[in-house]
Amino acid sequence: MIQRFLFSGTGGQGVITAALVFAEAAVFGEGLNAVQTQVYGPEARGGSARSDVIIADREIWFPKVLQPNVLICLSQLAYDRFSPLVRPGGVTITDPFYVTRWQHATSRALEIPLHETIVALNGGDGLSIQGINMCLLGALSRLIPVVSPESLHNAVERRFPARHRERNLQALEAGTTLVRERVTTF
Amino acid sequence: MAVTDYLRRRFMPHIWCPGCGHGIVLNSLLRAIEKLELEKNDIVMISGIGCSARIQGYVDFHTMHTLHGRALAFATGIKMAWPLLKVIVPMGDGDALAIGGNHFIHAARRNIDVTAIIMNNSIYGMTGGQHSPLTPCGDQATTAPYGTVDSPFDVVRLASAAGASFIARTTTYHAREMTRLLAAAIEHRGFSVVEVLSQCPTYYGRKNDAGDAVAMMEGFRDGTVRIDRKTAETSDGDPGRLDGEAAGTPIGLFRREERPEYCEAYRRRVVEPAMAAGRGESETP
Amino acid sequence: MTPTGTVTPTGTGTLHFLQGNEVCAEAAVYAGMRFYAGYPITPSTEIAERLAWRLPQVGGTCIQMEDEIGSLCSVIGASLTGLKGMTATSGPGYSLMQEAVGYAIMAEVPLVIVDVQRGGPSTGLPTHASQGDVMQVRWGTHGDHAIVCLSASTHQDLFEIMIRAFNVSETFRTPVVVLIDEIVGHMREPVRIPDAGEFELTERLLTSVPRDVDYHPYFPREDGRLPMSHFGGEHRYNVTGLYHDMWGFPSDDPRVTNDLIHHLMNKLENRKRDLTFTKEWYTDDAEIMLISYGASARSARHIMEDRRAVGMRMGLIELQTLWPFPGELVRERCRQANYVVVVEMNMGQIVHEVKTAVDRPERVFLANRVDGEMITPVDIKHLVRVIQGKGI
Repeated sequence: MIQRFLFSGTGGQGVITAALVFAEAAVFGEGLNAVQTQVYGPEARGGSARSDVIIADREIWFPKVLQPNVLICLSQLAYDRFSPLVRPGGVTITDPFYVTRWQHATSRALEIPLHETIVALNGGDGLSIQGINMCLLGALSRLIPVVSPESLHNAVERRFPARHRERNLQALEAGTTLVRERVTTF
Repeated sequence: MAVTDYLRRRFMPHIWCPGCGHGIVLNSLLRAIEKLELEKNDIVMISGIGCSARIQGYVDFHTMHTLHGRALAFATGIKMAWPLLKVIVPMGDGDALAIGGNHFIHAARRNIDVTAIIMNNSIYGMTGGQHSPLTPCGDQATTAPYGTVDSPFDVVRLASAAGASFIARTTTYHAREMTRLLAAAIEHRGFSVVEVLSQCPTYYGRKNDAGDAVAMMEGFRDGTVRIDRKTAETSDGDPGRLDGEAAGTPIGLFRREERPEYCEAYRRRVVEPAMAAGRGESETP
Repeated sequence: MTPTGTVTPTGTGTLHFLQGNEVCAEAAVYAGMRFYAGYPITPSTEIAERLAWRLPQVGGTCIQMEDEIGSLCSVIGASLTGLKGMTATSGPGYSLMQEAVGYAIMAEVPLVIVDVQRGGPSTGLPTHASQGDVMQVRWGTHGDHAIVCLSASTHQDLFEIMIRAFNVSETFRTPVVVLIDEIVGHMREPVRIPDAGEFELTERLLTSVPRDVDYHPYFPREDGRLPMSHFGGEHRYNVTGLYHDMWGFPSDDPRVTNDLIHHLMNKLENRKRDLTFTKEWYTDDAEIMLISYGASARSARHIMEDRRAVGMRMGLIELQTLWPFPGELVRERCRQANYVVVVEMNMGQIVHEVKTAVDRPERVFLANRVDGEMITPVDIKHLVRVIQGKGI
C-alpha cells in the first residue's frame, strides 16, 4: 500500500499542520511509514501553502508527491495548479466555499463544506475558521481508509498544547460527522 | 610570585621594534596579574593577529594565537564552556575594530566576562604601516599617501554604546595607572575594555613626523586629560567627552557598573530552569 | 552499519517523527555534544532552534553568535576546553567559516559542522534543494589539507552518521563536516532514537602526563593519535594557526613544517578504510551502477528498486563518506558494470572523483538536476534510457 497526499490551500488555514498531524497519526497510530515535506520560502510566505505526505506500509524513497492519489485544495489557486496532477483513479477534495471545480477528467471529485461547518462551530462573528484543518482531517479519516479517527484523535492530543487541544478535537469530531451527512460526490 | 615568573623567558628577546609601546603594556599587565595574585593556570590569554597579538606568546598562561579579528569569538566559546577561567584578550586597533569590530560590539553587548585590551598605536604595524580605524583623520600611512580620509572610532564611546560595563583609557606613558586599570578590569565581572594608547615609532611615528618613542610618549603626557569617574557621569551621558572644550584626549576610568554577566545569566535564565523542568512530554519546544 | 530496511525502525529507544535538521540536533545531544554556536540561515535553522531548547536540558550551552565566523571560532574555543562542539549552517555561512575550518584543521580541534546545502552560488536558492557544496567542503579553506565529510539520505542513517561524525572528530582530532541538503533537512520521517549505550561513543583521549610534567599537545602517539589536555586545565600550552612544534609554539623550521603538513594529510588519507562508510545494493551483479549520496540517493534507490522489478540489473552505491573519497572501493565495485551513473544535484562534482577512480572513465555519466527541484526517479530513468540508446 502506498498513498500520496497533496495538501494545499492558503496561508492561515493550517494545511501544513494538517499534513503533519495526518502523517504523525499514520506513524504513531497505524504503525505505518510516512514522509512529509512542505514548500518553504517566499512561495509559502506569499500566501499559498503546500505540503506532501506519503503513507505506505513499506519503505518510502522519493519523498515528494508529483502525482497525488488524494489531492486536497482549499483555494482556487491551488486547485487550478494541482488538479491536473491527480493520478488516474485518484480523488480531489475541495470546499465549495473556496473552489469552483472545472476539472472533469479522470479523478473522483468530492466537495465538503468545511468552511461552513467550522464557521458554524466557532460561532461568534462568523469569521473565524480556526480548526478548519482539523475538520478536514476528520472528514479525511472517513473518506480515505488509511488513518482512523482514533489515531487522529491521539495525534491531535500529542501535537497541541493543552489550551488548544479541546478546540481542535471538537473540529476533528465535526469533520468526522460531516462526512456522514454533507459530502457531495461528482 | 615574581613578575618574571609569568614570562616564557625562552622566547626572549621579543619581536617588537625598539621603542615600541607594546612591551610597556606587557609589563603593566604582568604587574596587574601579580598584584591580583592570580594563578598562571587560571588565566587564558587569547589573541588575534598583529604586533599586539604577539604578547600572548611571551606569557606563561594558557595561550591561544587565533585568527585576525576573531580572538573575542574564540574567547566567548572558552568562557562559556569554562566560566571560572580568567580570560584576557589583547588586541590591536585594526584587529579589534576593523576586522574584529563586529565581534567587539557583540561581546560588549552580551557583557561576557572577558577583558579586552586594545593596544592602540593608530597603525597596522605587522604589515608595515597601513592606516587603521583608529588612525586620526588626515594622518599619513602607507595606504594613505595623501593622508587618511576616514574618521577614526572613539573606542570609549563605541564600547559605551555597545554596552561594555567597564571602560577605561590610558597610555604607555601612564604605566602605573595602566597597571591599576588593568587589575580593576580583570577583577570586574563583565565585559571590560581598556584602551591603551601605544607608540609605534617605526611606522606611525616616522610617517607622521611624531619623533622618536620618547617624544611620542611625551605626546601622550601632554595630549591627554585625566577624567575621573564623576566627571564622566556628569557629561551628559557622553563618556568620551569632557564638559566644555576638551583640552586633549580624556584618559582614566569612564565606566564601571554592575550588570548581569552573560555566562551567569545564561546559567540562571536558561540552564537551571531547563534542567529542572527536564524533557517534557512535548516533542517540540 | 546495517541498512535500515524496516518500515518503522524497531529496537530499543523511542520512535519520533522529525525533520532531518531535528535529527541532527538529537543525534548530536546523544553523541555527547554540549556546546553549540550558530547563526540563523535557511535551510539549517531548525538545528539551532531545537538545540536552543534541548541543550540546556542536559546542562549544555547553545549560543547564537553575531555571524558564522564567530560561531565556528567559539566552537573551536569550547572544544579545546573539553566539550564536544558543533555548529550548523548552509552554503553561504559555510563560506564564511572557511578561515576557522583551516584553523581547526591546523590546530587539530575536534568538532562537527553540519552544512544543510541550498542552491548556490551566492545567496542562490535559500529554500530549494542542491548538492553544490561538495567541492567547497573539500577545498573551501586555503592550503593543502585533508578533511572528513559524511552524508546520509534517511533520518535513521543520519542519526548514526552524526554519531560517527563526532566519533571520527574525537579519534582524529579533526573537524568533520556532515553534508546534507534542503530535502533531508526539512523532510519529516520516522526515526528511532536509541537508548543510551546502544551506540558506542568515542570520548576525548586525554593525556596521562601528570601536572608539572612537560606535556606535548602536538606529539602523536605511535598509533597517530594525539592525547589532549583540556585547554585551561592542568597543562599550559599554546594553540596557534601557524605551523608549530610539538608544544604548539610557532615554528618555520623546514623540517617541522614538512612533518606537520604530512601528519595533517596522512592522519586521514592513510586511514581511508576506517573512514569509509557506504551502503550498497546489488553491486555484485549490476550492469548499471548508480552512485549517489544525500537526498539524490533516495531517488536513485527508488528507480533502482523500480527497474529491478522489471528485471533490469541496476545497482546502487550510496556514499556516506564523500571525503576522503573512497576511490578504491568505487573502482572495485564498478569493475563489472557497463555503465556508471552518478546521481547528484549539481553541475557535476563527485562525478569527477568517480571518473578518476574507475578503470573506464568514458563509461561514467552524470544524472543531475540544478533547477532547485529534487531530482526525480524518472529523471534518472530517462538518462539511463538515453545511455542505452533507447531514447526517452
